[in-house]
Amino acid sequence: MHMALIQFTSKGIYCTQGDFYIDPWKPVKLAVTTHGHADHVKWGNQAYLCHELTKSILLQRLGADLQIQTLPYRQQIDINGVKLSFFPAGHVIGSAQVRLEYKGEICVVSGDYKVEYDGISTPFEPVKCHTFVSESTFGLPIYKWQPQQIIFDQIKDWISANRDENKTSVLAAYSLGKAQRLIKGLEGYGEIYVHQSIANLNEGFIHAGINLPDTIRITPETKKEDLQRGVVIVPPALTESRWTKSLLHAVTGICSGWMQVRAGRRWRSADAGFALSDHADWPGLLSAIKATTAERVFVTHGYSAVFSRYLNEIGISAEEVKTQYGQEEEKEEVL
Amino acid sequence: MKRFSQLIQQLETSNKTNDKIAALVSYFNEADDVDKPYVIAMFTGKRPKRPVSTALLKEWAIEKSGIPDWLFSESYHNVGDLSETISLILPPPKHLVNRKLQEWISDLASLQGKEDVFKKTFILSAWDSLETQERFIFNKLISGNFRIGVSSKMLVNALAKQSDTENSKIMHSIMGKWEPSQITYQDLIGGAHVNTDNSWPYPFCLAYALEVEPESLGAPKEWQAEWKWDGIRGQIVKRNGELFIWSRGEELVTEQFPELHFLKKELEDGTVLDGEILSIKEGKVQAFSILQQRLNRKIINKAQLNEAPIGFFTYDLLEYKGEDKRSDVLSVRRKQLEKIVDNLQTKNVVILSPIVKFDNWLQLAKAREDSRDLNSEGLMLKKADSLYHSGRKRGDWWKWKIDPYTVDTVMIYAQKGSGRRANFFTDYTFAVREGDQLITIAKAYSGLTDKEIKEVDAFVKKNAIEKFGPVRTVKPELVFEIAFEGIAESKRHKAGLALRFPRIARWRRDKTADEINTLDDLKQLLLLTLNTSIHGTQQE
Repeated sequence: MHMALIQFTSKGIYCTQGDFYIDPWKPVKLAVTTHGHADHVKWGNQAYLCHELTKSILLQRLGADLQIQTLPYRQQIDINGVKLSFFPAGHVIGSAQVRLEYKGEICVVSGDYKVEYDGISTPFEPVKCHTFVSESTFGLPIYKWQPQQIIFDQIKDWISANRDENKTSVLAAYSLGKAQRLIKGLEGYGEIYVHQSIANLNEGFIHAGINLPDTIRITPETKKEDLQRGVVIVPPALTESRWTKSLLHAVTGICSGWMQVRAGRRWRSADAGFALSDHADWPGLLSAIKATTAERVFVTHGYSAVFSRYLNEIGISAEEVKTQYGQEEEKEEVL
Repeated sequence: MKRFSQLIQQLETSNKTNDKIAALVSYFNEADDVDKPYVIAMFTGKRPKRPVSTALLKEWAIEKSGIPDWLFSESYHNVGDLSETISLILPPPKHLVNRKLQEWISDLASLQGKEDVFKKTFILSAWDSLETQERFIFNKLISGNFRIGVSSKMLVNALAKQSDTENSKIMHSIMGKWEPSQITYQDLIGGAHVNTDNSWPYPFCLAYALEVEPESLGAPKEWQAEWKWDGIRGQIVKRNGELFIWSRGEELVTEQFPELHFLKKELEDGTVLDGEILSIKEGKVQAFSILQQRLNRKIINKAQLNEAPIGFFTYDLLEYKGEDKRSDVLSVRRKQLEKIVDNLQTKNVVILSPIVKFDNWLQLAKAREDSRDLNSEGLMLKKADSLYHSGRKRGDWWKWKIDPYTVDTVMIYAQKGSGRRANFFTDYTFAVREGDQLITIAKAYSGLTDKEIKEVDAFVKKNAIEKFGPVRTVKPELVFEIAFEGIAESKRHKAGLALRFPRIARWRRDKTADEINTLDDLKQLLLLTLNTSIHGTQQE
């Protein structure tokens, strides 16, 4: 019988032996951080440990006076006898799965992940373990993504149809992750104008050595006529803003996995929806979990009840755990 | 079918009427001619008989995708549409084929009466040859149930624009009797079939809700006020010895209302009346709940005929002596209508809907307060010199409804919505108090803003007590004011009564669950409405 390496507490995922938390939602001494989305990293921890590419995000989002230690992927450190290392999660730039090892027991906390390479984040790498902690944002068999090239072709077709009709193409994408993925995927397809929240993050990434295509920061001086020929990328919260509505014949396209379902598209009342997600789809979740060969799976957020029930039915021992992840995705953009 | 699939996608990705019309026009410009009548049939609700049952489709989809039943159900609850769920859960197609819409529809029709094995082979192979979006369309072809936000008015506008024809002509043509397999697009649009068809109705003239004070409409003498009846809008057509009764839903309902069949003898040929189908007993309009017993029944028994006798309150004349009267002004049409009703030998079944006399708006507002006593929903205001328009046109006809009934309730269950609300808990069940118990009285899913829906959704997620499949039992804490149009006895509901058109009027954040209404409050209201229909205008 293995001793439990992690516990699910009211503050977050706790490593008992190491005495640290992973993505805690209440302030703790040491917060090991999988990635920079607001539902995974909170303000007020005494110290943070994250992948080196996540550091600039934390500094921008939580303030400049943080105590942050960073690690590259695959490098192992020791915390109170627990060997800790980061492995790429493929979710957004700098996103990491946290591998913990203690006395031969291995546990991987994956945060958020996707298995398809998005062209900009370090690709997901399966890590063998005994216990795997998984998300299930899209843990229903209705979610099966098309290869991203097909989606990008759809987006490009949409943009060029808009240009033909002198419409301004506005794409809604989370400032961390989806925005950079779009910038990369639309490289060479006209000028890309980005909202300041995206521009700030981009600067951090470029500073950290990420090769991002050029974009233009939108300022009060930016001419609306210029935007008309290019592509505008804004955080989702701004799609219905007065600014967006003031653009010349603006049409909005939302890039999100929820756009897979017609209801998702109509709910957001966008002009177009593209099912482009930074989370694993149903086959992605299953293949990732199988690749870990884990004996036990904890499902933290998304369709956790459904997904863990299915895992149990196919012979993978799984349990739903209550966390606070996934709830603030919508609020994430209010920087 | 690719072009049609593209059309559907365009219609769904815009919420602007002009974009939708443009998409329809370009479809009718570019699509294959044989497909077009089928598309018109689909969008106007002309459904072919369903060749394969939902149960079988579901069974085959589950089998093909290799997922357990319960997982299919969970998926369905999140998608909110069966055709779409099936299209999404199936494995990717193996060999894509491109066929005409009409070919698919004909093949589906020919499945009628075939054995299940045969049907299954066809359906599975079709699924395996179509992409997700086309599969969705294909499944919709089977159910015949296309709801994609295209009103018949919108379709008519598009067809009129595309073919450079008058709107009303197109409306006639597509509302008449025709089969997509037996008519060409050109003949359909040209109306080649409608002259030989005695039954065709005129498009109804509809009214907008009055949202301003009536004083702003100008001089009272320019307006005619009538009661707004709470029944089924109907058009009675008598031509060449035949009688047809059309409902507002563009359905022929002649057989449902034998009380009106005497008109076949008594109405002159070439007469079309507009009015309201109501249950009328001893000259008094009965509550809608009573009329309801008579709707959509194939066989009507004696008790129903006694309990809910049908009458017709007529208020307009669209055709007389075979002539279209719609461009006569209302006052002229009304005079002629009065004569027609007067000449009927059978009295008190087809009744002239009375004009509410008034000299000033205040007087009319007072009269409107009595609406409920007459089982009316308020008033209609029609300009005396108005023509009979096709569909809704702002300015000439207004409905000035009375405020709905309201009841304060507490939310006890929540369920994820369907359609565009599939990812949020938006369908709520509400209860009133009965002693120390809570009794369910209504389900409602509209009336909140998107922002409020998100707030309630968050509340449900935090305060779910139990899960029953897609349903969550929640802490009875949120109080909502439910508005409704009527109340009826119901043996099916635990409360013993059912509300008509319940919807959320507002979220009463100022009230706690202790302050909600009781079941007794509603029972008293029920008694009151039933008494009204017997005693008519008696004031409470």
